[in-house]
Amino acid sequence: MGAYVIRRLGYGAIVVFGVLFLLFILFFTVTSPDDIARKALGERVPPAVVEQWKINHGYDKPLFPAPGQWADNMLVEHYRRMLTFDFGRSDADDTPILERIRKGMGPSLALTIPLFVLSLLVAIPLALLVAFFRETYIDRAGVILAVLAMSVSVLLYIIGAQYLVGKVLHWFPISGFDSNPQVVVRFLALPIMIGVANGLGGDIRFYRTVFLEESNTDYVRTARAKGCGEVRIMSRHVFRNSLIPLLTRIVVAIPFLFTGSLLLESFFGIPGLGAITVDAIQGNDFSVLRTMVYIGSLLFVVGQILTDLSYALVDPRVRLE
Amino acid sequence: MTALLEVTELTTRFPMAGKEVPIVDALDFEVGRGEVLALVGESGSGKSMTALSLMRLVPKPGRVASGSVRLDGEELLNLPVRAMRRVRGAGVAMIFQEPMTSLNPVMRVGEQVVEAIRLHERVGRSAALDRCRRLFEQVGIPDAAERVHAYPHQLSGGLKQRVMIAMALSARPRLLIADEPTTALDVTVQAQILRLLRDIQEETDMSILLITHDLGIVNEIADRVAVLYAGRIVETAPRTALFENPMHPYTQGLLRSMPALALSGRRLPEIPGVVPSPSDWPTGCRFASRCSKVMAVCEGVLPEFRVQGPGHDVACYALQEAASRGEKKGVQQQEGAS
Repeated sequence: MGAYVIRRLGYGAIVVFGVLFLLFILFFTVTSPDDIARKALGERVPPAVVEQWKINHGYDKPLFPAPGQWADNMLVEHYRRMLTFDFGRSDADDTPILERIRKGMGPSLALTIPLFVLSLLVAIPLALLVAFFRETYIDRAGVILAVLAMSVSVLLYIIGAQYLVGKVLHWFPISGFDSNPQVVVRFLALPIMIGVANGLGGDIRFYRTVFLEESNTDYVRTARAKGCGEVRIMSRHVFRNSLIPLLTRIVVAIPFLFTGSLLLESFFGIPGLGAITVDAIQGNDFSVLRTMVYIGSLLFVVGQILTDLSYALVDPRVRLE
Repeated sequence: MTALLEVTELTTRFPMAGKEVPIVDALDFEVGRGEVLALVGESGSGKSMTALSLMRLVPKPGRVASGSVRLDGEELLNLPVRAMRRVRGAGVAMIFQEPMTSLNPVMRVGEQVVEAIRLHERVGRSAALDRCRRLFEQVGIPDAAERVHAYPHQLSGGLKQRVMIAMALSARPRLLIADEPTTALDVTVQAQILRLLRDIQEETDMSILLITHDLGIVNEIADRVAVLYAGRIVETAPRTALFENPMHPYTQGLLRSMPALALSGRRLPEIPGVVPSPSDWPTGCRFASRCSKVMAVCEGVLPEFRVQGPGHDVACYALQEAASRGEKKGVQQQEGAS
């Protein structure tokens, strides 16, 4: 198993390397070092100040390696900084990036962990229920509702809920955050509910498909033929076998709890890593953006490996070699 | 004493091409106590659906539409769901064609047999596991004590089928339905499994309904045979009578196409054509389009069963015609078939 993990880490390194490269190319295709400087300094600064800023921040070098400049260019510098975890300071406001990540992680996790757990607790039982009543009106109604829920944009959920619950009914504040745990619950309730509602349709449909697929297998027929009741078949035979495909979706999501939620955080004013990322995109803040993308890709690789390890836990046929 | 299993007019329908088609069409048969009845037919003849109908396990959207299935005189088709669950396993047990996929891959095989035992009897886990070990020994699984902890993928196909048989025996059923129990196995393993079934049948005096397309298997194990064609039984007979004197043209065709060592080197005769699809079964005899003795009357309505010998019933116009011709000759009448 050790060898297996090492090999997967090797593949992961290739993925991360590629992600960093694509990010660099894409970023500098749509924008330039001058744009970064102007975003940071404002539009009305003399060109000399912009040039000085670029020199201070290392944006004065050529983008790609060239003869005579194999080491001294932005791409190589990009890799060097990322691979040594030397994230530096934000281009936009000069704060140390590690500091911002440390501050943003708490609010992000306060949002994503309850959201993740609640989604599972709501979607899996509902999907089991719908699958249990397959081919009946309950099943059909469930699927139609799920597709409807999936078809509505998350933006509508956010704005609609902010208007209705926040502005008209005044049950919860529209947006904001507080470090006091008792107060913050009121701020987080709405984004968590919206997050659950937004994912519910797709989750239920996915889980239902998995459960139904397992319900049509030969061993389920065997269980019926030996006198198993339907509830027992669902809980002991179907559910245990369904864990294998379910884990693919669930375990892979766990590392991303750390990176927060882009949309929910920025709409609800939660100062988490998702909001930091959105601000970095809008502010041409390359140093922050690449750090967030880099961390995201590392977490992705970790998630993949965790998923494979979890297969070995639930499926006796899986051997990691 | 009545038969253990009495099936009358059993009809199972599936929606197909806009209408509900009878895949199993008004079947009548019996399985006596301690008897091995073989239900023989090509693929698509409705053999497996018959078995699932008896267990009330027909997959949706199919359904058992009408008829009667009596086990020891008890009607199964209108039994409440809970009572039917007690019948499955304890009254009628079943083993399937595919031992590879018929066991739950993430459960230890012992656990699966223990589950079957405890569904029908109030016994503790460890007592049930002990019984599972004895069952494994009974069905000839070597190292039974350790094998109960194995997962299905760690066992060979033959061993898996033995586990299935052990599971089927666990609640001491009165009838065992074996649906193509050896089709997926190697030939040498096939013979072992057949002998095992025969031995167990003799030890326990349980009845067996064996479903197969393989007449070789029928010859080895069956007491009586029912030949199924396109959802209907066309001939039932004791095994020896069927093999020595097959009467229905379809049965004759089946026997002729059976490979025998004596015939090696020659091309096997085949029955021309294929089983018609259930959605376009003719109103008359369903074998008519492939039959060498087809007559005008065959296209009309389905032929009735006629007794042709002791326990030997056949549904065929050609035989009835031949019989009546004989009578007519006897009273000196002109020969003239309609």
